Amino acid sequence: MADEVLSAISICKGFGGILALDHCSIRVKEGAIVGLIGPNGAGKSTLFDVISGFLTPDGGSIVFSGREILGLPAYKIARLGLVRTFQIPRSLMRMTVLENMMLGAQGQAGERLCNPLIRRHKVMAQETEIREKAEEILEFFDLQRMRDEYAGSLSGGQKKMLEMARALMADPRLLLLDEPFAGVNPALADRLIEQIRILKEKGLSIIIIEHAIPYVLALSDELYVLNKGAVLASGRPDAVISDRRVFEAYLGEGA
Amino acid sequence: MLDYLVSIALTAGIYAIFALGLNLQWGYAGLLNFGHVAFMAMGAYVTVLLSMNGVPLLLAVLAGMILAGAAGAFLGMATLRLREDYLAIVTIGFSEILRFVLLNWSTLTRGSFGLFGYPRPFQDLVGIRDYNLFLAGLVLAVLLLVYILLETLARSPWGRVLKSIRDDEAVAISLGKNAFSYKVQALALGSAIAALSGSLLAFYLQYINPNNFQPIETFYAWIIVIMGGSGNNRGTILGALILWGFFSTTRFMEGYLSFSPTASSGARMVLIGLILIGLMMFRPQGLLGRKEELSIGR
Ligand SMILES: Nc1ncnc2c1ncn2[C@@H]1O[C@H](COP(=O)(O)OP(=O)(O)OP(=O)(O)O)[C@@H](O)[C@H]1O
Ligand SMILES: [Mg+2]
Repeated sequence: MADEVLSAISICKGFGGILALDHCSIRVKEGAIVGLIGPNGAGKSTLFDVISGFLTPDGGSIVFSGREILGLPAYKIARLGLVRTFQIPRSLMRMTVLENMMLGAQGQAGERLCNPLIRRHKVMAQETEIREKAEEILEFFDLQRMRDEYAGSLSGGQKKMLEMARALMADPRLLLLDEPFAGVNPALADRLIEQIRILKEKGLSIIIIEHAIPYVLALSDELYVLNKGAVLASGRPDAVISDRRVFEAYLGEGA
Repeated sequence: MLDYLVSIALTAGIYAIFALGLNLQWGYAGLLNFGHVAFMAMGAYVTVLLSMNGVPLLLAVLAGMILAGAAGAFLGMATLRLREDYLAIVTIGFSEILRFVLLNWSTLTRGSFGLFGYPRPFQDLVGIRDYNLFLAGLVLAVLLLVYILLETLARSPWGRVLKSIRDDEAVAISLGKNAFSYKVQALALGSAIAALSGSLLAFYLQYINPNNFQPIETFYAWIIVIMGGSGNNRGTILGALILWGFFSTTRFMEGYLSFSPTASSGARMVLIGLILIGLMMFRPQGLLGRKEELSIGR
């Protein structure tokens, strides 16, 4: 289908004895927000790892923007506009918040070894542009006053915000958010919901893994439930969430 | 007294350049190079051998840098896809293998007999009497250039990617950076800089032999970088100055104490070790390193 930005079909991934993903399929329409829920260990983060090229699956196919990306190195997938965040925020501790942000920008001439020496003006002009963009996004995430702090000194919630803000610096077409609300306080979470909606209006497609179901329901156009590495249910969020099997899968987690 | 200062400027300057190459690799990119001396040796031998065969000095120096850079890149490409400690093991092995090759390939290198009587830059113009003073000036000029080069790169987007790889490679990759390529670049550039210091060392010593390039030289570079503060170019230069200031003062004092040379060189190493331990206890970030960078850990 032409209006699909991503279709990951029949993905399998085993770790030794465990099948973390068992013929798992997920499709994302252009400009849509897809929620991904499921009990702990269902394979949600593993699916992100596979889609973003951090893990090689045992089988399946992943088409992004009409192009097969399975087998491409992770950095190339990111360059195509498919950018992921991490469940446990990975800040560059010994770099400032602003440096973390500026790293995210794509197509930087100054990242080529010779350019900072021989094309100073171009590099500096680009740096100014990137810095402005970074500050705008930091403002958006209420991190502006932390810009010169080491990222390692941020609180857990702030790290989570930085993780997402930094990913946005790359101008993704499809953003994979792994539990963006974890550790974020409720007041900030409401703000974050607003911001994710604004991103969607700008045409960004997003997959959100999230345990807090109210947030997922507030945002998703479509909901997938993963259980034991397979899709248990998918479709309109309100329909999926009232599916008995979904409820049972979550209960089964405790047993 | 002037001779004494000139000799400190020469050795400290040469070792500062040598250690700046390592600082790029370890301090900025987090790469464990335990065979840094190999690249210094390559610089010295390539420069000397080529210039003895009529190649202009500048070209001979550049050839040494290019060869060492290529060797660094090659070692990186062979090991960096494996776990990070493989680079450490392979570089230390490489430096010892190279030394044995230099010792045994006597038709080329004259083995432990060593090479001497080779050309030095502007030696006819300057004359033997003032030569060390001139060379010290040259070394400091090269040091300044290397420092400016590395600072420019460290503050550039290229340096930013390097630091991100040091802090967390997965982040760099998730943002579209080819981490592998950057690590290879850092290894190549750092090795080429080490080769440059090797050429200068050869000019200073007027006589090179494979035993100038023992693993202990790599260890000195590490002391210098750690003492000054990893990832800090100015700290590295300060570290080199302190290390060689210390070495020459203690050597100076030897004259007054009745130690045998081996005993005193042993005592010097013990002292260096104690200083390093003390530094790590009271200033673990190094002399010019930033404390915040340590306290937030990894
Ligand atoms: N690198 C790994 N090596 C071995 N097993 C792994 C690895 N990564 C994940 N697993 C296993 O794969 C399964 C799926 O893990 P995954 O992290 O994808 O779950 P998840 O749905 O993200 O869970 P959570 O909600 O707790 O984050 C789990 O059983 C986990 O233990
Ligand atoms: Mg997870």
